Amino acid sequence: MERARGPKRPTWSKMAQREFVAGLIFSSPWIIGVLVFLAYPMLASLYYSFTQYDIPQAPHWVGLNNYVKLIAEDRFFPKSLWNSAYLTAIGIPVQLIFALFCALILNLKIRGQAVWRTIYVLPTLMPAVAMAFLWSWILNPQLGLVNHLLKLIGIKGPLWFNSPLWSKPSIIIMQTWAVGFMTILYLAALQGVPKELYESAEIDGAGSVRRFFSITLPMISPVTLFQLITGILWSLQYFTQAYIIGLISTGGGGTSSLGAPQGSLLFYGLYLYIQAFEYLKMGYASALAWILFLISAVVTWVILRTSNRWTYYDVV
Amino acid sequence: MKTVQTDKPVTARHKPLSVRLQRAGLQVFYYIVMSVVALLFLIPWMWLVSTSLKPPEQIIEIPPRLFPNPVMWINYWYGITSINFVRYLFNTLVICGAVLVGRIFSCTVVAYALSHINWAGRGILFAIVLATMMLPGQVTMIPIFIIFSRLKWVDTFLPLIAPAFFGDAFFIFMMRQFFMSIPQELTDAARLDGASHFDTYWRVVMPLARPALATLIAFTFIWTFTDFQMPLIYLKDRALWTLALGMQGYLRRYGATGTAMGAMMAGATLYTLPMIVLFFVAQKRLIQGIVTTGFK
Repeated sequence: MERARGPKRPTWSKMAQREFVAGLIFSSPWIIGVLVFLAYPMLASLYYSFTQYDIPQAPHWVGLNNYVKLIAEDRFFPKSLWNSAYLTAIGIPVQLIFALFCALILNLKIRGQAVWRTIYVLPTLMPAVAMAFLWSWILNPQLGLVNHLLKLIGIKGPLWFNSPLWSKPSIIIMQTWAVGFMTILYLAALQGVPKELYESAEIDGAGSVRRFFSITLPMISPVTLFQLITGILWSLQYFTQAYIIGLISTGGGGTSSLGAPQGSLLFYGLYLYIQAFEYLKMGYASALAWILFLISAVVTWVILRTSNRWTYYDVV
Repeated sequence: MKTVQTDKPVTARHKPLSVRLQRAGLQVFYYIVMSVVALLFLIPWMWLVSTSLKPPEQIIEIPPRLFPNPVMWINYWYGITSINFVRYLFNTLVICGAVLVGRIFSCTVVAYALSHINWAGRGILFAIVLATMMLPGQVTMIPIFIIFSRLKWVDTFLPLIAPAFFGDAFFIFMMRQFFMSIPQELTDAARLDGASHFDTYWRVVMPLARPALATLIAFTFIWTFTDFQMPLIYLKDRALWTLALGMQGYLRRYGATGTAMGAMMAGATLYTLPMIVLFFVAQKRLIQGIVTTGFK
């Protein structure tokens, strides 16, 4: 933070007053933004979560009913939690490891680095809807490319997005294809590790595996921490691809198609959307939203609290 | 891996032949790994373009072929007409443009207040920016929808555009980091010369902030152009749809069957194209942006 001069004194100078007013005016868009688009919605959704609010009817207070119903009766709630936990617990580590792997090979002394980097990064830029189209076609059980290639080596490919067992791994495969932004961040982190560290380790006789685990991983751990948190928060809100793939695997049907097959792609963010904007149960959906908020906050907090055991902040 | 015995540390230039051979072998190995991974990344793209150019019978053909014969450029015409591509592209660009104007204005003004004005609320406000940067958007989605529907803004572009005029924690943070790198002495000097804060912001800071602005523009454009959930919630009227919704509408109408697939993949290709062009134009800024926001 910067040197704060002036404004702490009990009687403000003319100057400090003027600066205060200027500061307020310049930040007024954000101050209004926080109040209207953050503070109010947070409080309102907390209130709605204690009401039955089936728009267009007005909300009426039902106490903890929504939460009780979610936990005791709603079988889709645990299902969506499970699906999102699966996507997060398996998908995010897979993506991080693959991104790091890509960054490591991009960091090698190799000709045409810009071209390689472009190839590795481009998939991230494909719009989510287009990505869902493309991958459901690539992983099409009968006509898809992947199952055809598998057949060539004598393996009968699974039903991928059409199978409740394989649909989530398919999502993870698709998202792992699009890890470009993570890769770039890792690449920058790798390039930021001081060369002298490697040189002195090499002189001390550390092999490349040892160097990776003792120097590279600790040195890039702040970036891992950042990517882990943003990745988890993103994963908990996973929506678009699941929505589109649900439509595709049921041939473009109505609401029942969401989360298909057999609810195996009913992720938390998708379920929240369905309750709010398909069933118009705003109170119930607000309870879901607040649970999402609490989960996000707790997960972030736990990761940050435990991170000092495995992250290394010194340089950078 | 073999270890090579040397009694003194070898310098970069003069190395024994065995070391150089090993290095060369390693280099070849690197290129192979690199190419295999690159192929994994490229195959889906090839499949996308290949399918978009296939006649229906070759789409459902087993085994699939990579090179369609004849090449069905007409699929792109089918895609454009049956998705109503031009209309939806126009809508998407209108929204993107308005969001860009809003974001550029609001985020830079606030970032200026957080970097070049010394005032009492600055520390607290910056803490709020940091704290809200990670807040999941779905948490606030419902009350915001209710506000906009009370305003009768559903089925207009306004709910998608208006929030951009009130800043965004992520981009405020990014711009603020950049503004901090502009020397305080520079803005102080401008102020001493009698320039107002607005003049200092507009004539001193903003011209220097072009690289960061380019990053903001590129990211805002990508995220707005590809967004699906917000348009889905607010735009019911087909005439107002964005490209993301148009693609989805095509899917609902024709399904993902063999015959509809060519035009669908053509549409998906066209929809992705602007992002690729943008990447090549703004590559440096995009990468810079990811790096600066990721490192704090």
